[in-house]
Amino acid sequence: MELITPDFGLIFWQLIVFGILFFLLAKFAWKPIIQSLAEREQSIDEAIKLSETTRAEMAELKAGNEQLIASARAERDALIKQAKEASDAMISQAKLDAQTAANQEIEKARVAFEQEKASAVAAIRKEAATLSLDLAEKVLKSQLKDKAAQEKLVTEWMADVKLS
Amino acid sequence: MQVKTSTQKMYFSNILLGLFLSFISLNVFANEPVAAHDSASHDTAAHATAPAAQEAKTEKFDPGKLILHHIADEHDWHFFTIGHFHATLPLPCIVYTESAGLQVFSSSNFKNEHHEEIAYNGFVLEHGKIHAENGEKVYDFSITKNVASLLLSAVLLLSIFIGIGKKYKENPHRAPKGLQSLFEPIIIFVRDEIAKNNIGEKHYRRFMPYLLTIFFFIWFNNMLGLIPGGANLTGNIAVTLVLAIIAFFVTNFNGRSTYWTHIFAMPGVPKWMLVILTPVEIVGIFMKPFSLMVRLFANITAGHIILLSLVSLIFIFENAALGLAVVPFSLFMNVIELIVAFIQAFIFTMLVSTYIGAAVEEHHH
Repeated sequence: MELITPDFGLIFWQLIVFGILFFLLAKFAWKPIIQSLAEREQSIDEAIKLSETTRAEMAELKAGNEQLIASARAERDALIKQAKEASDAMISQAKLDAQTAANQEIEKARVAFEQEKASAVAAIRKEAATLSLDLAEKVLKSQLKDKAAQEKLVTEWMADVKLS
Repeated sequence: MQVKTSTQKMYFSNILLGLFLSFISLNVFANEPVAAHDSASHDTAAHATAPAAQEAKTEKFDPGKLILHHIADEHDWHFFTIGHFHATLPLPCIVYTESAGLQVFSSSNFKNEHHEEIAYNGFVLEHGKIHAENGEKVYDFSITKNVASLLLSAVLLLSIFIGIGKKYKENPHRAPKGLQSLFEPIIIFVRDEIAKNNIGEKHYRRFMPYLLTIFFFIWFNNMLGLIPGGANLTGNIAVTLVLAIIAFFVTNFNGRSTYWTHIFAMPGVPKWMLVILTPVEIVGIFMKPFSLMVRLFANITAGHIILLSLVSLIFIFENAALGLAVVPFSLFMNVIELIVAFIQAFIFTMLVSTYIGAAVEEHHH
């Protein structure tokens, strides 16, 4: 029976000691422990969330980058194509221009040549005429020493003139 | 005690050696008290038989007396006795009587130089209780073995957990180190598995200091009681009574309307049934803490009784060879008791938190 009869003294001490123990532990042990555990868990939680959002952002950024690179590449290709077309056009234009210029020059040269040729021919003709006149004069002078011959010649020429 | 037969002495040394080795392997931190406990138990065994042996050497050893003596409180802390040497720590007696007022003296005053009980200053120590010789009522506030153990555990708890608390305050975001990492999982266990699960996310934080205090108080004292020579504090009805009373007040002071409605007018029950149900519920208010008190007391005391009974077997049969069977079995029981120490602390805290959970529960019908 003694075993289940609570001792007054022990109840007294237990109340006091447990009360003080509770007060001190609550203030100096449990409060900082619980608080910092909660804080730590929260900070870990936040860190995990942050890393997740960062990862998502990184992925998004990467996708954006790739898109950007693709569009830049397309733009570059277009530019190159355009430039090539322009340069081709310029080259063909230049060729055409050169061709026309050359043709004109050739034409001019030909015209000049024709003129030169014509004048040369004229000059030669003139020269030949003079020569033949001189020749004729000399021949005539020699033939026209007698009167008969002169007359014969004149009639011949007269006939010729009629003919021509 | 003064007289010992030679056979007793021989048994004593053999068994002491066996138990000593077994206990050493059991508790690393209990090197010294280990020896103390073994000697204490044998010695008290011898002690119990000794006065009888003086009169008639054939009188039987009384295990019941030995066990009850060991699980009860005492006014001095007796560790062991070897021959005429008593390793006893005298504790202060603080008594109050109406005629003599408050008196403080050492418990060693109750023993003379021959270790016989004597009266001191008008007080006598009988069966571990102080009585006044003139029959007056004595209010005994003595620092008994249990109170000393209680103070010791309080110092232990304070130094451990305030030390840990400081570390948390210094760098709250660091991973725990040392003692901190030993207790952090247990603290989190109490928080998540006991408090959060039973009280609920909304209110649990308020009760954490109380729940942690009772959990560690019970657990530490259960384990201190297992150290040979230690006091049977949590197996003392006065201690569990106080713990239960505190639980009673914490529960009922936090009772919300839902809680009281469930007690006085259980919803969804026919009116006439309330005549039966309400008294049952009212009894339930008191039965809950009462069960807490009895459960802890009975479990811890039973554990001590089993261990002491096993050791007593050797003395009952007066056969040292029995030690070969008893020592391994008591070792096994001691390990079981270590588990029980934790489980009882867990169950007590768990049940208190379910009671609190029921008290603070919001209306949800």
